[in-house]
Amino acid sequence: MSSAIHSVEQSAPTPRAHQLKMISCHSCGLVCEDTQGHDNHARCPRCEADLHRRKPNSITRAWALLIASVIFYVPANVMPMMNTSLFGSGMDSTIMEGVITFWKSGSYGIALVIFIASVAVPCAKFLVLGLLLVTSQRRSLWKMRERARLYRMVEFIGYWSMLDVLVVAIVAALVKFHGLSDIEPRVGILFFGMVVILTMLAAMSFDPRLIWDAETGYRHDGDMA
Amino acid sequence: MNEIPSPQPAPDGPMVIPPSKWRISLIWLVPAIAALIGFSMLIHTWTSEGPKITITFNSAAGLEAGKTQLKYKEINIGLVNSITLSKDGSQVIVHADIDKSAAGLIRQDSRFWVVRPRIGAGGISGVDTLLSGAYIGMDKGHATENSRKFTGLETPPTVIGDMPGTSYVLKTNDLDSLDVGSPIYYRSIPVGHVASYQLSDDGRSVNIQIFVDAPYDKFVTPDTRFWNASGIDVSLGANGLKMQTQSLATIVSGGIAFSNSPISTAEPAPKGTKFTLAKDQQSALAPPDGPSQFIRLRFDQSLRGLSIGAPVQFIGMDIGQVRFIKPDYDAAKDHFATVVGIEVYPERLGDVLSKLPRTEGTDEEQLAQFMARFVEQGLRAQARTGNLLTGQLYIALDFAPKAPKVAFNPKARPLSLPTISGSFDHLQEQVASIVSKIDRIPMDSIGRNLDNSLANLNKALLQVNGQTLPQATQTLRDAQEAIGSAQQTFVGVQQTLGDVQSLIAADAPLQQDLGETLTEVRRTARSLRTLTDMLGRHPESVIRGRPTDVPEASVSTSKNTPDNAKDTR
Repeated sequence: MSSAIHSVEQSAPTPRAHQLKMISCHSCGLVCEDTQGHDNHARCPRCEADLHRRKPNSITRAWALLIASVIFYVPANVMPMMNTSLFGSGMDSTIMEGVITFWKSGSYGIALVIFIASVAVPCAKFLVLGLLLVTSQRRSLWKMRERARLYRMVEFIGYWSMLDVLVVAIVAALVKFHGLSDIEPRVGILFFGMVVILTMLAAMSFDPRLIWDAETGYRHDGDMA
Repeated sequence: MNEIPSPQPAPDGPMVIPPSKWRISLIWLVPAIAALIGFSMLIHTWTSEGPKITITFNSAAGLEAGKTQLKYKEINIGLVNSITLSKDGSQVIVHADIDKSAAGLIRQDSRFWVVRPRIGAGGISGVDTLLSGAYIGMDKGHATENSRKFTGLETPPTVIGDMPGTSYVLKTNDLDSLDVGSPIYYRSIPVGHVASYQLSDDGRSVNIQIFVDAPYDKFVTPDTRFWNASGIDVSLGANGLKMQTQSLATIVSGGIAFSNSPISTAEPAPKGTKFTLAKDQQSALAPPDGPSQFIRLRFDQSLRGLSIGAPVQFIGMDIGQVRFIKPDYDAAKDHFATVVGIEVYPERLGDVLSKLPRTEGTDEEQLAQFMARFVEQGLRAQARTGNLLTGQLYIALDFAPKAPKVAFNPKARPLSLPTISGSFDHLQEQVASIVSKIDRIPMDSIGRNLDNSLANLNKALLQVNGQTLPQATQTLRDAQEAIGSAQQTFVGVQQTLGDVQSLIAADAPLQQDLGETLTEVRRTARSLRTLTDMLGRHPESVIRGRPTDVPEASVSTSKNTPDNAKDTR
């Protein structure tokens, strides 16, 4: 709390863009005059991209995508991810079954990697994004810097979230010994991929500047929440 | 509504457009769609859940909860959910989830069995299960009632589902090499297989269920004959060695063949018709045997080569077989004999029976009466050689009109038929005597002598070759030379003759000399005459000498002819 206040106190003297009637282009980064009155469109004089003070509908979009990804996360875990057939006996396995199988067979490392990549990371992303959205909506001044750091982390992890999908894709392509051993993807991996994509989109839709808007009391237009 | 401009646009301010509420809600389509998909999958899973059934097996060998699948026509229709023991622990209960799509297949009479690899001579099945593990096979039911509790079969059924065809029952004394799945042949074409077999209730025969595929089942009529076509049928006949088998597989795994009488016009047999499985084709196609009769034969000879089961022939037809052979001792004659029991099937004579005069009594009495008549006409039993190579004997019932009369007791039980010694026995004796004669020929010494003679001849020939022939050649050459010289001699002779000719020619000097000589001889003769005359006239001249008037003549004569002169001396 004290750090937040401290940061507020620190950043208080510097004027904000909206205070200076300035707007930055999302696309090329040009800072130009904010000629927009109330949510009408303006174009960047340099790259002609639409100018927004904040990402439009940021929180709503992030919420919608996050909820969608959470919904998809259920079938991604319930439905089988891939079918491993060894000597003709096929076996569907879901994520958790795979983790348990590997854990029981003593491959703790692989079990841990799968668990982290498929369960821990997506769940963490849901929680982090949910937290960011809730706090931003409530204009909370709580630990804004840490929250900003969390956001950066979520964005970074986003690149690596497709690990599971890639593993299944590669393994399914590699292990094709007809009759002896076959690995085929199942519908679960599709949902898992959707989860990853939707969380990434949710993270992208979220505008981290909203975290800091709480301290100035600035309400950017277009977000009614 | 968004597009309505303000009635009085601010001259120096931007146009204010109220934010669209619709745009906000658009993004919510994404979670909505996600929820829809999730929900639809939930419904799908819920609706695709088929019936849960339990199957009881004796053993869960190869079955695995969560892995073993249920298959119908090799298509996955369910999964074993869990395997538990029955309450008394004697059986295993397999709980399986059946797919909704296959729910219609599960009827009260659906059958379940465990498919494991089975290797038989007729083929290998379930190879895929070698690696993948067993699965539960299913055959759909036709009953209208549903059931959720089933008892699994221990062996896979060979007739599955609605395979077109008809099943029949064959009765046989011995299963032999037949097995479930053994093929059934019609004219050497596989048309079906053995579905199952089991002992009859009394344990005296085996009932074999066979399945003949459509459309071949129409060839099975009530008078069809089935026989065991296992193995190879090797027969040595007048046409040589004949080997017959239905297929290579039947040699190993056995098989059943059937055929119809060529004149049969019977309708196809209904399902489940019972047939008798004959031992082989011959007995299958033979007319039915009917009841058998036992006859006892007593032979005074050795019956080496007669075996149990050897045929009994009546005028060349098989009518029975030998049942036992045992020795017997006749104390009165102090003699060993052989008693042979034969079994005959009078029915095999066929139509002949109806032509024989009808007699009263039981079958045995009838036979006894017939036999009494025929024995009178010379019916005798005889052990004959069926095969000269192996010396196998068979019993021939034949008429021997020259056989001595024997008393026949028709009341004796079992019936006893008089015998005569086999034809081959006489032959054997003759052959033996011939052989002993041959044996007596001193082959050894003949051979030795012949050998010696041959050696001598060889020597002589060598001599001829080495000496006489060169000499003869020499002689011939000499003769040739002699002839040459003779020729020369002839030439010489010819020459001599020529010389002679020239000598004796008219103008030859010899001729002239001869003439001269002759003239000379005449003169001499004249002088001689003169001498003689002078001597006649003057004999004293020999002593006194010549008178003076004739001295000249006597001197000349002595000079020219010395011979005459000598004579004169």
